[in-house]
Amino acid sequence: MAQLISRVRVWRGVVLLLAGAYFLLPMGASVYFSIDDPKGFTFEAYTGLLGAPGFTDSLTLTLELAAVTVVVLLLLLVPALIAVRLGAPRLRPVLEVVCTLPLVVPPVALTAGLIGVLRWGPDYLMDTPFFQTIVFIQDPKFPIVLVLAYVLMSLPLAYRALDAGLRAVDVRTLVEAARNCGASWPRAVITVVLPNLRGALLNASFLTLALVLGEFTAASILGYQPFAVWIYSVGNSQAQMSVAVSVLSLLITWVLLLLLAAAGRERRYKTAHS
Amino acid sequence: MTTAPTPVPTPAATELSGGAGASGTATPVPRRRTVKLRGGSWLATVPLFAFFAISFGLPAIAIAIGAFTLSSDAETGAGTFTTQNVTDSVQGAYWTSLLSSVKLSALTALIGTVLGLPIAQAVVTSRFRAVREAVLSASGVLANFGGLPLAFAFVATLGNAGEITKLFHLTDHGWSLYSFTGLTIVYLYFLVPLMVLSITPALDGLRVQWREAAHNNRATTLQYWRHVALPILFPSLLGGYVLLFGSAFAAYATAAAMVGATVPLISRSIADALSGNVLVGQGNLALALSLDMIVVAVVVMAVYLPLQRRSARWLS
Repeated sequence: MAQLISRVRVWRGVVLLLAGAYFLLPMGASVYFSIDDPKGFTFEAYTGLLGAPGFTDSLTLTLELAAVTVVVLLLLLVPALIAVRLGAPRLRPVLEVVCTLPLVVPPVALTAGLIGVLRWGPDYLMDTPFFQTIVFIQDPKFPIVLVLAYVLMSLPLAYRALDAGLRAVDVRTLVEAARNCGASWPRAVITVVLPNLRGALLNASFLTLALVLGEFTAASILGYQPFAVWIYSVGNSQAQMSVAVSVLSLLITWVLLLLLAAAGRERRYKTAHS
Repeated sequence: MTTAPTPVPTPAATELSGGAGASGTATPVPRRRTVKLRGGSWLATVPLFAFFAISFGLPAIAIAIGAFTLSSDAETGAGTFTTQNVTDSVQGAYWTSLLSSVKLSALTALIGTVLGLPIAQAVVTSRFRAVREAVLSASGVLANFGGLPLAFAFVATLGNAGEITKLFHLTDHGWSLYSFTGLTIVYLYFLVPLMVLSITPALDGLRVQWREAAHNNRATTLQYWRHVALPILFPSLLGGYVLLFGSAFAAYATAAAMVGATVPLISRSIADALSGNVLVGQGNLALALSLDMIVVAVVVMAVYLPLQRRSARWLS
């Protein structure tokens, strides 16, 4: 038996080491590539980033898009999920289907569909509100059409995260208790249910954020230049800088995820010990 | 709990419950007190459904109509029904790119499943909580690490001027990242972590007792896996495979940034047709190609969803 156990441990170690090597290698090579220089090492790719043309603009646009997407998504999804738990259980399968369907449509196809819709606005409709709307949502300063696409793309992820969070909480009892204590409806939801969903809300927001930060397909085909599209254009001329940005974006994602895990753990710790 | 009288807030509750008439006269013996919540709570789902109808429904209609209308920029051509686009989309270069996409996705998903399982198993059975948390959080990051950064990281590693390529002179041995094999290796970078994430709950659900029972009946580890664990895991594994397939199939950015046109992929064909790289007025052909893509994805999801439910039977 002892032999079996040690064999199992060795096997496990080997698997994890091999996997680690495969996943760390491109990271290490990327870092090396980004600072490699004929004359030694240089950090120009990183220091020159802030001054690179388009860097701030594209980053700002992406962050704005991400913020709006997260807010819209949560505002749409959280009330619907809570309502389905509390009073409309028959709508639950419908909600599930609606939130899963976007998985079936690859981003490229969704973008093609969006372009199809945007082409519905021929010139003779120029003065109608429909046409105005189509122009409005394509404003290059803040393309709302991208927000629509991003909310759709992150719907399945966010739904799963929030649904898992809600499953761990007895929303019904919480709301009943709050209502019995005289809390109004909004108050019961905001001060009692939402704090209990903190982890799930963070999780959903993070997944959405990560998706929007890295999204390239819709933005590039529709012709906007958020961060990912900017990286692409940089990659054509300055390979080192594009790799540097890739390394940074991975680090940022990682930090975000660790923060999220820490927040979740803290919460669990508190509930367990209070 | 339900028998406890509700002293003070009852008036407030009925007042605010929305559908006051129905809820006030609700059944005399409510199973749960929240019956009175029922009123208008479905209203909270309206914004989501409305949003979905517009931002998902309209593009879907656009695809369905556009794929079957005459491909023309002239307004007069808009109403003519034709199957030409769809026929074109499954012929020649487009058919090749669709096949190549399906092939790449099927292969990478298979490798991802086969590689992801032992890693997930190593994580699940690890004695160290830290290993588990580290691997799972790393998987979370890497599974989302598709797209451009991934492409650039691999170009820096295994591309023509990549560090590993230079170090081992791989180009002399006929290595090229910008090929089907290269793309496979790159895709595995986010598919394997995705598999680890999706199979871990199922592995967690395997009871130690099943293993002990098997061993007590003199089953070897191999027999345990063949006759007990794998059959139980099978729906989850297949579900994971389908998820990976979908991920790989929908991927666009990585391939777009990396291989250009050397490996034909359907997502790239659509993008090209949309941006008019090939011919002007191919918008509707792009919609027909999108329809093909959705059909493949629908077939795949039709396998996935029932499996998700079935795997819950054993592993809940």
